[in-house]
Amino acid sequence: MLNRISRSNKFSLIFTPFLFLTQPTLAAWYDINMTKGVTTVSNEVFDLHMLIFWVCVVIGIVVFGVMFYSMFAHSKKRNPNSATFHENTKLEIVWTIVPFLILVLMAIPASNTLMNIYKDVEGDINIQVVGYQWKWQYKYLEDDIDFFSNLKTDWDEIYNKTPKGEFYLQEVDEPVVIPVGKKVRFLITANDVIHSWWMPDFAIKQDAIPGFINTAWTVVDKPGTYRGKCTELCGKNHAFMPVVVRVVSDEDYKEWVSNKKAEAYRMSELTEKNWTVEELKTRGEGVYQKNCIACHQTNGQGIPGIFPPLTGSDVVLNNKAKNIEILMEGAQGTAMQSFANQLSEVDMAAVITYTRLAWGNADDGNGEIVVPKDIVEYKKPKA
Amino acid sequence: MSAVIESHEQDHHHGPPKGITRWLYTTNHKDIGTLYLWLSFAMFLIGGAMALVIRAELFAPGMQIVEPEFYNQMLTLHGLIMVFGAVMPAFVGLANWQVPLQVGAPDMALPRMNNLSFWILPFAFIVLLSSLFMEGGAPNFGWTFYAPLSTTYAPPSVTFFIFSIHIMGASSIMGSINVIVTIMNMRAPGMTLMKMPLFVWSWLITAYLLIAVMPVLAGAVTMMLMDIHFGTSFFNAAGGGDPVLFQHIFWFFGHPEVYIMILPAFGITSHIIETFSRKQLFGYTSMVWAMTSIAILSFVVWAHHMFTVGMPLAAELFFMWATMLIAVPTGVKVFNWITTMFKGSISYETPMLFAIAFVVLFTIGGFSGLMLAITPADFQYHDTYFVVAHFHYVLVPGSIFAIMAGVYFWIPKWTGNMYDERLGRLHFWLSFISVNITFFPQHWVGLAGMPRRYPDYALQFADWNMVSTVGAFMFGASQILFLFIVLKTLMGGKKATAEVWESSRGLEWTLESPPPYHTFTTPPKVN
Repeated sequence: MLNRISRSNKFSLIFTPFLFLTQPTLAAWYDINMTKGVTTVSNEVFDLHMLIFWVCVVIGIVVFGVMFYSMFAHSKKRNPNSATFHENTKLEIVWTIVPFLILVLMAIPASNTLMNIYKDVEGDINIQVVGYQWKWQYKYLEDDIDFFSNLKTDWDEIYNKTPKGEFYLQEVDEPVVIPVGKKVRFLITANDVIHSWWMPDFAIKQDAIPGFINTAWTVVDKPGTYRGKCTELCGKNHAFMPVVVRVVSDEDYKEWVSNKKAEAYRMSELTEKNWTVEELKTRGEGVYQKNCIACHQTNGQGIPGIFPPLTGSDVVLNNKAKNIEILMEGAQGTAMQSFANQLSEVDMAAVITYTRLAWGNADDGNGEIVVPKDIVEYKKPKA
Repeated sequence: MSAVIESHEQDHHHGPPKGITRWLYTTNHKDIGTLYLWLSFAMFLIGGAMALVIRAELFAPGMQIVEPEFYNQMLTLHGLIMVFGAVMPAFVGLANWQVPLQVGAPDMALPRMNNLSFWILPFAFIVLLSSLFMEGGAPNFGWTFYAPLSTTYAPPSVTFFIFSIHIMGASSIMGSINVIVTIMNMRAPGMTLMKMPLFVWSWLITAYLLIAVMPVLAGAVTMMLMDIHFGTSFFNAAGGGDPVLFQHIFWFFGHPEVYIMILPAFGITSHIIETFSRKQLFGYTSMVWAMTSIAILSFVVWAHHMFTVGMPLAAELFFMWATMLIAVPTGVKVFNWITTMFKGSISYETPMLFAIAFVVLFTIGGFSGLMLAITPADFQYHDTYFVVAHFHYVLVPGSIFAIMAGVYFWIPKWTGNMYDERLGRLHFWLSFISVNITFFPQHWVGLAGMPRRYPDYALQFADWNMVSTVGAFMFGASQILFLFIVLKTLMGGKKATAEVWESSRGLEWTLESPPPYHTFTTPPKVN
C-alpha cells in the first residue's frame, strides 16, 4: 500500500509548510468562507450563514468575555475568598428564555429559505443526474441527450509525476451545459452506491441514492463555468468525480444541443461500420481507461480480494458469450455493474475486444473478438 | 456536598492477587477501571496513528503516501477506534473508578459482569484491527458505514467488522446495566438522587442512552449481515429495499451516541470547575435538568445528519427546529459553569486548565453545531471539512480534554502520588495550541468547499491543509508526553493527601490516597 516518496517529494514535504507564509492569497476571503454563489437561493443561503455566524460571534464575545474577566479578576491571588452563592432562579429563567428567543428569530428566515428551496416544480429543462462509481451521467429528458462526465485530470498529475494544472481535480471531459436564466431541474439518483451531487455556486447538494430520485432546481443568471464535487463517500475514487456545469447563453445552448444530437447520429452510424481488429482494440483501450481501470487496474490485474483480475480470467480468455453477458448485465452481488446503458454498442464491443487481446490474453485464450453487431444481436429480445 | 463519614476500619487487608491473574480474574472496580483506561489509551494511540496517516496524505495535493483505497480504510478505522475504542472505554473506566467512590459503594453492583464487559472488549478490537491484514483490506466505508457501500460493495472483512461491533455493543450494554444498578441500589444512606455528584448523574443518564441505542446499532449491523450473507434486501434498492432506511437506523443510534460521548464530560467538568473555583457549583438542579433534556432531545434530532437525503419539507423543518432547541440546555450548562467561576477564587492547576479549555472549545463546537442546524446553510456545510472541524471540536478538546482533565484530577487519588504539575501544564499548552492549529483551519477549507473523506483535493485548499497537518503531528507528539506524565506519577512523586485539592468536595476525597483495595465496606452517611 505504501508508495515510496520520491526525492523531490521529500524536499517539498520539508519546505512547503513555510511557503504559505509568502503567499498573499492565504488571507483571501473566498479561500476561507462559503461562496455567495450565482443564484438567488445561494445568496439567501450565504446571508443565513453569515447571520448565524455573527449571532454566534456576539454570543461568544459576551459569554467568553464574562469568563475571561472572571478568570482574571477572580483568581485566587486577586480574590482569596470566594463568594458562596450557588443558585438564582431568576437568572436561570432569563438565560433559558433569552437564547430561546434568539433561536426563534433565527429559525424564521431559515425556515423561509428552506420553503423557497422546496418550491419544486418542473423546470424549463429537466436533467437526470445519475451517480456511478466514479463518474456522473447526465440525461437531458427533453432533448434525448445522454452522456457521461469523467474526471479529466491526468493520473500522472495526481501521482505527482507531472505538474498540476489550474483546475486540478475540478475538470471533466464533458461538463453539463445549461442555459442562463432558465429554470433547470435536476433529478438526481445513483446506479450503485450513494453519491451526492454538490454545486456550491447554486447551493445545491442532493444525495444521489439508488432507487430514489431526488430533485433540485436552479436559475442561474450569470454565464460561466462552475465547479462542484461528489460529497458522499462512494468508494476509492470518491475524490475523483467532480461536477462541472457550464452556463451559456440561450443561443449557445441551442447550438450545443444540435451538436450533441449530430454526434449521437454519427455514433449510430459507427455501429454499422465494419471494424478491423486494430481499430476495435485502439478504441477499446480508450474505453477501458475511462470506465474499467479504476477497479481492474492498468494491466487488468484487479485488486486481490475486491476486484477480480481480467488478465488470465477464464471468462475473458475462453467464454465470449459469458464475457458479453457480464458487461451487459453486471455480476450480481458484486461491485460489477451493468454497462449496457453506459456504453454504446461500439464502445462495448471495443472494450471487450481490447480486454480479450491485451496483456497476453490473446496468446492464452481463444482470442475471439467482439464486434458491434454482436452487441446489437445480444440486445434483441430473445424468442 | 457535606458528608459525615463513619470511621473507616480496615479489619482485613485484602490486597489484590499478584501477577497477570489479578487482571484477568479481577472483579474489583478499581482494577477494572484501570484496565479500561489503559485499553482506551492504547486505542487512542492506534487511532491517533491512523489520523496521522490521513493528515500526512493530506499534507499536500496529490497522492503521496498511501493509495485512496488504503486511505479510506484509515479514515474508517480511525473513526471506529476513536469512538468505540478511545472515548467510550475511557468514560467507562472513569465510571468504574469514580462511581462507587462517589456514591459510597464498596464496588460495582455486578462485579463478575464488570469483568466480562471489559475482557470481551480487547477481542472486539483485535477482530476489527485484524481486518487490515485480510484480503481486500479493512472496512473502507467510513465509520458511518452507509449501505450499500458497506453491504454489496464492501470488502469481505465487513463480516468481521459486524461481529466486532456486536461485541462492543454487548460490552457497552453490560457496562451500562452495571452503572445503573450500582447507582440505583448502592448509594450511601442519605444520598438522594438530587444529592448525587454530577459525574454520577451524567453517567446515569449516559447509561440509559446506551441501553436504548446499542440494540439499535446491533439491529443495523445484523440487517447488513442478512443483506450480505442471507439474501435479504433491507438496504438494497434493487431488491425492494431502502438505502435511506439504513441512515435513519444508524443515526437513531448515532445521535444519542454523540451525547454518550459528551455527557460524562459535563459531569467531570462540573466537579473540576467547582473544586478549583473554591465555590459550590452554581445551579446544580438546572445542571441535572439540562442533561436530562439534552438526553431526551437526542432521540428526536437524528435526521439533521441527513438533511441532504431528500426528506420532505415537514421533516426538514422539524429536525431543524428540534436541533436548534438543544442549544438551550447546552447554553444553560455553559452559563452555570461560568457563573460558578464568577466571584470564585480560581487557581489554575492542570485539571482546571483542561476544564476551562473544554468549556471554551466545546462551546465553539456548539456554535458550529448551531450553524449546521440551519438546514439551508447545512446544504453547503454538509459532508465538508466544516463538519469535520465541528465534530472534532466537540470530541477532541471536548470529550478527550475532559477525560484528560479527569485523569489529572483523580490520578493523585488513584495512585497516592501527585503528578508533575510543571509537565502537566506543558502538556496542556502543547495540546491546546496544537488542537486549534489542527482543527480551526478545517472550518475554513470546509466553507471554501473541501469535502470530507477526500484523499486528494484541489489546489486552493493546500495551504490550510498543510497547517492542519503540522498541528496534528504536534498534537500527536504531545500525547506521548501525557503517557510519560502518567507513568511518572505511577512510579512516584509527591505524596497526595486524602483531600488532594484545597477545596475538594465529595466522598472520594474522604478516603486516603490511594484508597484501599476495598473501600466503603461500611457505607458512609450523607447528610
